[in-house]
Amino acid sequence: MKGLLVHGRYLLADNRVTFAAFLLFLAFVAAAVLGPSLVPYDPLASNTAEALRPPSRAHWFGTDQLGRDLLSRVVVATRLDLAIALAAVALAFSVGTCAGAAAGFYGGWTDRIVGRVIDTIMAFPLFVLAMGIVAALGNTLANIVYATAIINIPFYARLARSEVNVRREMGFVEAARLSGNGGARVLAVHLVPNSLPPMMVQVSLNLGWAILNAAGLSFIGLGVRPPTPEWGIMVAEGAAFIVSGEWWIALFPGAALMLAVFCFNLLGDGLRDLIDPRRRT
Amino acid sequence: MVGRRFAAALPGLMGVVVGTFLLTRALPGDPAAFFAGPSASRQAIEEIRARLGLDRSLVAQFGVYVRDLARLDLGTSLSTGQPVTRDLLARLPASLELTLSGLLLAVGVALPLGVLASTRPGSLVDHACRVLTTAGVSLPIFFTGLVLVYVFYFLLGWAPAPLGRLDAFSSAPPPRSGFYLVDSLAAGDPAVFLASLRQLILPAVTLGLFAMAPIARMTRGGMLGVLGSDFVRTARASGLSRGTVLFTYAFRNAMLPVITTLGMVFSFLLGANVLVEKVFAWPGVGSYALEALIASDYAPVQGFVLTMATLYVLLNLAIDVLYGIVDPRVRIES
Repeated sequence: MKGLLVHGRYLLADNRVTFAAFLLFLAFVAAAVLGPSLVPYDPLASNTAEALRPPSRAHWFGTDQLGRDLLSRVVVATRLDLAIALAAVALAFSVGTCAGAAAGFYGGWTDRIVGRVIDTIMAFPLFVLAMGIVAALGNTLANIVYATAIINIPFYARLARSEVNVRREMGFVEAARLSGNGGARVLAVHLVPNSLPPMMVQVSLNLGWAILNAAGLSFIGLGVRPPTPEWGIMVAEGAAFIVSGEWWIALFPGAALMLAVFCFNLLGDGLRDLIDPRRRT
Repeated sequence: MVGRRFAAALPGLMGVVVGTFLLTRALPGDPAAFFAGPSASRQAIEEIRARLGLDRSLVAQFGVYVRDLARLDLGTSLSTGQPVTRDLLARLPASLELTLSGLLLAVGVALPLGVLASTRPGSLVDHACRVLTTAGVSLPIFFTGLVLVYVFYFLLGWAPAPLGRLDAFSSAPPPRSGFYLVDSLAAGDPAVFLASLRQLILPAVTLGLFAMAPIARMTRGGMLGVLGSDFVRTARASGLSRGTVLFTYAFRNAMLPVITTLGMVFSFLLGANVLVEKVFAWPGVGSYALEALIASDYAPVQGFVLTMATLYVLLNLAIDVLYGIVDPRVRIES
């Protein structure tokens, strides 16, 4: 663990881009945790006298059609956007890892059934499937999380399956077996923890994608309801004003979304360097 | 060979049918009431319940579902009052025209860019390629579309208003393929051709930018790998021209992972299409499904998901066949 930290510090110092992404990540976490108590205005308070004002000293990001302060709304939205993505990825990670690891370890029927289910999910265009799931389960925030989780499961299940499969016959697994560990224990204590590093890279790369998907769903009017500040829905609200030149309403939430995805993608690349130096680009 | 590939695509198709069936059964409450809509009478609900076979066992219900599918009966849309199949068929060409233009654009730019970047590592082209691929996966597609509208419509005035496939002054060409670009040319009407091209450019570029990233990345990676391999060195050492080495030897081998990636790109494009159609008010199947989704009109959404999934399975089939053409080893092994 200490070695990993030292190596991590070395990599951060060596790779400026990863370092910048790491700082950006800290900023997003700070905005998510402290955001609501930092912002200058109430993100829900409308003030029609100040509607559609471009960025100014009083309103750094301008105001929207109801005169709400965009800076406050963009910052406050961080928590909800990150929470949706985190919840979806955590769900996909746990379900996908369990299913994939079991498939890779036991083989046979378990493998066939898990493989079939994953193939079925992958036979759909994923965003379209997410739309269908939300349409079927009902248009709520929780269902956005479930839909995003379901379309992410295949990536974890496939990775976990192959990672467990290559290690199944290795010496340390044999040793664990010979010392009297049962199959489930070997899988949970010896195989899964050893498969975690590549899984974590996948998590980081996936978070960006999950944010994009969830924001896409709320952009088309699913899940989050209008007064709630959320990046996707704010871009959708700003879309109506783009053609008349009020660019700031859509630009700032869109840019926040883009930065968040960019940050997670770069972190994922950095994490991959940390874990697997051979695949460095 | 195509027959065997088609057989290999069947499980995917079956998965899609079973998947959409399970989705309808996941509807909260009473699916019959859901399909009938909020204003339906009790009698209408009972009628739909009988037609969907909801009073029978799950297996029998699946049978009814498959039978309706085989007749291309996807139910009736509550908002348009038309059979969903007819609505979808009427709007599908608009979506396909958009998706295909976006894809062509992406392949047309990404392949040369990836090849150039791989032959000159560390050069300006290489950096441009890297920026493009990183930005492409991070940009929310609806946001890219809006930025393009702002710059090219509002600021520069080069593009027409983002309102559908034609401006208010042109009328649609006589329908043959449903692709306005093709139909207007077939009808010998260059004015309509130009008008529809002007409407198409921005949404197609938006989709293209999005699809470009993975293709360019795989091309660059694939070419770099192949260019460093022994057989390319041998080909060079044998005195073959640069062009022959690059295209006959390297490019063809580097294409294999790119073709595999195309499947994933299609999956993303079909989803991204929905978002782009919303931004540009494009009258395709995506915006049709969205209108239905917001109105809690389930049959069109289900039809849309099924159509897109079927399209995707068929595209994957085409990719498999293409793979066999590019890589003779696959043909020999099968």
